[in-house]
Amino acid sequence: MTELLIASIFHQNIALTSFLGICTFLAVSERIETAFGLGLAIIAVQSISVPVNNLIFNAFLVEGAWTWAGLPEVDLSYLKLITFIGVIAAQVQILELMLDRFAPALYRALGIFLPLITVNCAVLGGSLFMVERRYDFGESIVYGFGSGAGWALAIVAFAAIRERLRYSDIPQGLQGLGGAFLVTGLMSLGFTALGRISL
Amino acid sequence: MASKLTYLTAPLIDKNPITLQILGICSALAVTTSLSTALVMAAALTAVLCLSSVVISLIRHHIPGVIRLIVQIVIIASMVVVIDEVLQAYAFGISRQLSVFVGLIVTNCLVMGRAEAFAMRNPAWPSFLDALGNGLGYSLILVLVGVIRELFGTGTLLGYTLLVPKSEGGWFEPLGLMQLAPSAFFIIGALIWGIRARWSAQAEKPKLVLVDVEAPR
Repeated sequence: MTELLIASIFHQNIALTSFLGICTFLAVSERIETAFGLGLAIIAVQSISVPVNNLIFNAFLVEGAWTWAGLPEVDLSYLKLITFIGVIAAQVQILELMLDRFAPALYRALGIFLPLITVNCAVLGGSLFMVERRYDFGESIVYGFGSGAGWALAIVAFAAIRERLRYSDIPQGLQGLGGAFLVTGLMSLGFTALGRISL
Repeated sequence: MASKLTYLTAPLIDKNPITLQILGICSALAVTTSLSTALVMAAALTAVLCLSSVVISLIRHHIPGVIRLIVQIVIIASMVVVIDEVLQAYAFGISRQLSVFVGLIVTNCLVMGRAEAFAMRNPAWPSFLDALGNGLGYSLILVLVGVIRELFGTGTLLGYTLLVPKSEGGWFEPLGLMQLAPSAFFIIGALIWGIRARWSAQAEKPKLVLVDVEAPR
């Protein structure tokens, strides 16, 4: 479990080694405060949606799930994409309502990022990886939290670097997006090297 | 007709989805370790993009504004399920290598972005051309990166050995880094640099500019 947690935060970082959520990663990293808010939102959504999708997948979609109803050959796993995206969209809506009611300060801080998370591929990707790697319920909780935390860590670090880069003299063609890619590449190298850590 | 054709040609370089619009980058980085996966992914994305754009454009007057995002996602997801099943039936090996990334076309911002920005406001034929153009622009970058990563990472292209590696008696030392994640970022960064150096209108303006100030006495 600890290994899975460490791996999902560092050397299998969902943003820097699986390239998930990179569009948002590049677009919303101009300032460190917004990056931090988005990171928190991703952790919250990811740690709930991966276990919930795990329960739904194993209860209804996996091959043989309908044996109790006398339908042992039914395999609904091709429906997993539509189901997962539905679950994520619904869950983001519920989270939005709950935050608005119980934590209005945090709700205002997250602003438009919550609805955007529905189409963030890190969230859908997390659930799809959970199916592909056959995590059980406990592992999916750890993986959901770990991959969310890894994504948040990466975007906060990246935003901090970009804030400093604003003051440097960069060649014209590398302004903005080009430079951002090179920085991300270097960060990815660093995170890959952390794979040597063992606890 | 000429004006319609620009829908098709503009996204190739001038408005390239990856290097200028920052759309659909996730999959572009992940599937380019070899040329064959890059080609299949490019074909799958272009197909989904064209199909969903045409469908969304045809029913655009019947979609209520409030729930348009959900409608778009459901349409795109259904197209992706179809393409995914086709790939698993006819190209099982490659569909294994692509793993979750075919499914992730659902959340690919390129598809959503073109649906929202173009197909919701235009008739079916221009939407199709726009989708095809963006799909080809995306494919162009994917194929370029795929060629570089496979050729220098393993010395082969589509499985044929072009540069004979040292382990088989040749001279070429495969660059293992090319097969790892960081190189994808470096290659796309360098591509963007090249494109913006050539077509300098695409370059972003620096946020802060140095100004000469008289030294205080």
